[in-house]
Amino acid sequence: MNLLARRLPAALGPLLAAAILTITPANAQNITGAGATFPAPIYSSWGEDYAKSGGESARLNYQALGSGAGVTQIINRTVDFGASDSPVALERLEKEQLLQFPAVIGAVVVIVNVPGVDGTKLKLTGALLGEIYVGRVRLWNDPKIVAINPGLRLPQIPISPAYRADSSGTTSIFTKYLSSVSPIFKERTGAGNAVAWRTGLGAPGNAGVAAAVKNIKGGIGYVEFAYAAENGMQALMLENGSGKFVTPSVPGFLEAAAQADWTNAKGMAASMLNMPGEIAWPITSATYVLVPRNPKDPATTQRVLKFFDWSFRNGAATADRLHYIMLPPEVQDRVRAQWSTLVVGGKPLWPVSGS
Amino acid sequence: MTTPAASPMIGARRLHVGDTAFRISLHIAGAIVVIVLLSILAIMFIGGKLAFDTFGLGFIWGSEWNPVTQIYGALPAITGTLVTALLALLIAWPIGFGIAFFLTETCPSKLRGPLGVAIELLAAVPSIVYGMWGFFVLAPFMSEHVQPWLTATFLWIPPVGDSFFWFTAPPIGVGMLTASLILAIMILPFIAATTRDVLQSTPQLLKDGAYAMGATRWEALTGVVIPAVRGSLFGAVFLGLGRALGETMAVVFVIGNAIRMPDSLMAPSATIASVVANSFPEAEPGTLDLAVLLGLGFILFVVSFSVLAIARLLLRQERMS
Repeated sequence: MNLLARRLPAALGPLLAAAILTITPANAQNITGAGATFPAPIYSSWGEDYAKSGGESARLNYQALGSGAGVTQIINRTVDFGASDSPVALERLEKEQLLQFPAVIGAVVVIVNVPGVDGTKLKLTGALLGEIYVGRVRLWNDPKIVAINPGLRLPQIPISPAYRADSSGTTSIFTKYLSSVSPIFKERTGAGNAVAWRTGLGAPGNAGVAAAVKNIKGGIGYVEFAYAAENGMQALMLENGSGKFVTPSVPGFLEAAAQADWTNAKGMAASMLNMPGEIAWPITSATYVLVPRNPKDPATTQRVLKFFDWSFRNGAATADRLHYIMLPPEVQDRVRAQWSTLVVGGKPLWPVSGS
Repeated sequence: MTTPAASPMIGARRLHVGDTAFRISLHIAGAIVVIVLLSILAIMFIGGKLAFDTFGLGFIWGSEWNPVTQIYGALPAITGTLVTALLALLIAWPIGFGIAFFLTETCPSKLRGPLGVAIELLAAVPSIVYGMWGFFVLAPFMSEHVQPWLTATFLWIPPVGDSFFWFTAPPIGVGMLTASLILAIMILPFIAATTRDVLQSTPQLLKDGAYAMGATRWEALTGVVIPAVRGSLFGAVFLGLGRALGETMAVVFVIGNAIRMPDSLMAPSATIASVVANSFPEAEPGTLDLAVLLGLGFILFVVSFSVLAIARLLLRQERMS
C-alpha cells in the first residue's frame, strides 16, 4: 500500500507533464464550439484542414452535444461559438447578446420501401406527406397517391411512417416543412425537435430510421441528405413551391438557398422551405452558428470568424466529399456583412485588420 | 517474552480495537447504500417536482405526451413499461422454470455444468447486442412470419372498447410484443438461475420421501418441491421483473418508440426508460422537459422499488415458514 502510494505520483508525474505540455501551446490558438450533431463532421473536417493551413490558423475543438446544448453553452459563454440546427428567435438573440449566421446548408430527403416500386420514381406532395404522417392516408394505393403516380403499380399495403425517436434537428426541419404545407399536420402534430407523432414508429438516429424503412414493407422515413448520399439511398420526388416534382440534388438545394428571402430574414434565419424554382428541393435548411456580440475576449471571436471565413473560401471540396452544401457566394457575403456589425469598444471585429 | 502474562492482554485489546473499527466501517458501508438510495430518490423527486406541480396527478394518468404543446402525461410510457415487463415475464417464467427443473432433477450430471455456464453467459450478453439483434434479426422475422400469423389466428378475440385490437396491427416487426420477447430472453437467465438455486434448496429428504411413496417426477414437483419453496419461486420471478422494468438500450431498438396509447399488443410503444434515454440529450437544464424526464425517473424508481420490496417480502415469508 505504502509502496504504491509512493510510486504512483512518480509514475504519474511524467504523464501529467506530457499532458500539460500538449495542451498548453494549443490552448493559445484554440477555438471551442459546441452544439448540433448534424454539421459536426464538416466542422471537424474544416477544423483539421484549417489547422494544417498554416499562417494564423487555430485548432478547432467542436463538441457535438446537440443543438439545445449548443445554445445553452453559448448563452453561458462556456464556448467560443454555439451551433444549432434550428435558428434561435430574434428576441432571444437580442436578450442574450448573440449574433447568428448560417454556416452550411443541409437537406432532408424522404426514403421509401414499397415492394415493386422504384422509390426514385415515386412522387408525393407535401400535403400528402403530412396526411401520411398523421395517419389520414394509410395505404400505398390510396387514390390520392395513385392520382399523382399514374405510371406506378402501387400495392395495397399499409404505409408505415418512421421517424426519429431521439430529439433531433432533422425532425425539426422536417416537421417545420410539413407544418408549412399541411394544415392537418400543423394542427395535429406541429413542429419541433421532438413531436407527438400520431402514427408510425420511432427509431434512433438516421441509421435507425433508414434501417426501419429497409426492414418494413411499406415503410417511409426521412433522413439527412448527407446520410442518404453517403449510403447510396434512393429518395423519392417531392413537389416544390412551383408545383414541380423534383428529385433531391445539390443544385436543387442551392436554388432553394438562392430563392430564400435573406434581406428580410430575422437573425439571418431565412426559410428555404418549399421554395419555388425549377429544381429547388422543398426541405432545405441551413444550420446556424452563434457568437457573442459582447465577447470578453474579442480576439477569440475574431478567430471564430476567421475560421468560418477560411472555411467559406476553402471548404468547398471537403463539403462536397461529405455531402454538405456550401452557402451560395452572395449569402456568404451577407454573413460577412453581419460580422461587421459586431463592434467591441468602437472597433468592428470584422474585417480582421492585418489579415 | 519477558512478560508472558501481558501479551494475551495486549492481543485482546488490539483485537477489541480492531473489532470496533471493523464494526464501524461495516456500519458506514451499510449507511452508504441507504444514503445513496435515498439521495437518488430525493434528487429525482426534487428534479421532477416541476412536472408534478404543473400536471398534478395528470402527470401519471395523462395519456397525451406532446413536446410541442408542452403537455406531458406519463400513462403511455407507464403502460408500455408494465405491459412489456409482464408479457416478458409471462414468456420467460415457464421456460426459466423448465430449465431450472431440468437442471436440478432430470439433467444428466455431465451436462449440468456446461448448461449452467451457458445460462450464465446469456446473462452476460450486453443489452445493446440484444437490441441490435432484435432490430436486425428478430424484428424482420416477426414482421414476415409471426405477426401475420398472430393476426390471422386471433382475429376472433373481440377488441377492448373501440381502440384496442389485441393482435390486429400492421406487421412492422417492432413493437411491444417484440420488445417483450427480447426482454424475456434477457431475464430468462436470472429466472432460471435463481429458480435453480431455490429448487436445489429443497430438502433432499422431502424429495426422497416423495419418490419413496412412488410419486412420479411430475407428482414430486407439484406435490412436494413447489409447495416447499413457493415463496422463493415468486421472489425469483420478481427479480426478473425488476430487471425487465428498467431495461433501456435493448428496448429502444425494438419497441418502436411511439409515446401514445397502444392500439394492440404488437403496436409500437415506449417505456419509461426508453423515453428518458431518447429525450435526455436535448433536454435543457431548468426546463419543463428535463423536469418531466426526472419525474419519469422517479416513477420508474418507485415502481421498481415496489416490485423488489414485494420480492423481498415473499422471500422472507418463505424463510420464516
